[in-house]
Amino acid sequence: MGRAITGASHPVVLYVSGGNTQVIAYAEQRYRIFGEALDIAVGNCLDRFARTIEISNDPAPGYNIEQLAKRGGRVLLDLPYAVKGMDCSFSGILTRADELAAHMKNGGKGPDGEPITPADLCFSLQETVFAMLVEITERAMAHVGSSQVLIVGGVGCNERLQEMMGAMAADRGGSVYATDERFCIDNGIMIAHAGLLAYETGFHTPIQESTCTQRFRTDEVLVKWRK
Amino acid sequence: MTTTNTTTTTQFPPPKVLTYPSSTPPILITQGAEGRLYKTTYLSPSIPCALKYRPPKPYRHPILDARLTKARLSAEAKVLERCWREGIPVPAVYAVDTSAGWMAIEWIDGPPVRAGINEWLGDPPEVEQDGGHQQDKKKENADEDEGEAPMVDLMRRIGLAVGRLHNLAGVVHGDLTTSNMMLRPPLDGGDAAQGKAGKALEGEVVLIDFGLATQSQSDEDRAVDLYVLERAFLSTHPRAERLFGEVLEAYRGSFKKAASVLVKLEDVRMRGRKKSMIG
Repeated sequence: MGRAITGASHPVVLYVSGGNTQVIAYAEQRYRIFGEALDIAVGNCLDRFARTIEISNDPAPGYNIEQLAKRGGRVLLDLPYAVKGMDCSFSGILTRADELAAHMKNGGKGPDGEPITPADLCFSLQETVFAMLVEITERAMAHVGSSQVLIVGGVGCNERLQEMMGAMAADRGGSVYATDERFCIDNGIMIAHAGLLAYETGFHTPIQESTCTQRFRTDEVLVKWRK
Repeated sequence: MTTTNTTTTTQFPPPKVLTYPSSTPPILITQGAEGRLYKTTYLSPSIPCALKYRPPKPYRHPILDARLTKARLSAEAKVLERCWREGIPVPAVYAVDTSAGWMAIEWIDGPPVRAGINEWLGDPPEVEQDGGHQQDKKKENADEDEGEAPMVDLMRRIGLAVGRLHNLAGVVHGDLTTSNMMLRPPLDGGDAAQGKAGKALEGEVVLIDFGLATQSQSDEDRAVDLYVLERAFLSTHPRAERLFGEVLEAYRGSFKKAASVLVKLEDVRMRGRKKSMIG
């Protein structure tokens, strides 16, 4: 669906949401997973941190972190940076960010001697985890020789992530494709679109036999509708 | 001033060290994920060298960027030194400048393992309208013959090289892929093998790109190293999937504690999968 909306032809896909963090590229009838989060998903990391520093869930915790981060930037707080090949890990970062939040509540100061603010924390967290995501995406792009990148999933709405990805893609002579919140967070339309494509290639399931499963891996689907 | 003879359409400014009048005109070999690799010479025009340059990443916060570049270059140099001392086939380190972001290392001849395997596999099969499964079966049958011996042998050499890296050097690579292994041709030129089916797979497996390597002896880190390789291999060479087991078997035989690493690998696989299956 991302390809249909954005017109990207053969992109490396960064799929980032509350439940999944995967770098995916299509090869020989399947979407193959090149890298993924080894523990919690990036969206989960951001959501849980939002709870730690008690920011609103309205309209979404990730959105509110993004808005707060725009007011940060004065300092970059040191957080772990955990990339292993094309995989990454977020739980250690969350732990450290939570510790820094507790430090802030006790009136802790940053490297410049000024008190740490929620904006500093949100800024540092975003800069660190997004740098990791862009890095693993870049590594996958170099690996498969693609210069296009498509961002999908709820975290893909984040404009700072899109901006960083854009800078990376431009550096590689490529371009970034992203959708907005109308598509990024609507699982129904994604499933419907994939179902339609499958239907058109002769994959039919009678309604009585239809079930749903949450445990469906990206690379389990045989993709007949792409060359 | 020398001019940069790039092989890509975009002109990148080379690091300052390559712009001195005395330096051999550098050739930009690749723009990898980590940075750029130039071919130039070290000290004497007759000693080819690879110059790895990590340019600043425009997307990254400058403080984070400087921290990562410095830490990674110096870690990479230390690890290479350690491997080289233990006799693991890796490029030798000639010179390092962590604040300028470059490192000069030995030039390794030969194609990457990825290219060798792809040449051996040939073109992807034409996909039939009734799906890929049947196609996979046909290919598997075709592979049953003795023609895959050179591939099995290469898989074993890879497993052995990784085992020696883990055991002798106490190093985990951090980014094992078939692009990060070279096939260094034998010194005699390998003329005897001319025309043989396995020609593309010959040579000594030399591990390169230690940009994410760390010193570690833990089963967990070693298992993740293998997991990264497994996933990169299966996604890059899906049609050679069956043969990957040979890598792990050779690894198992390469040192005493390898067996417990492979047990841990099961855990790492489960963890990776389970997490990505949730919603």
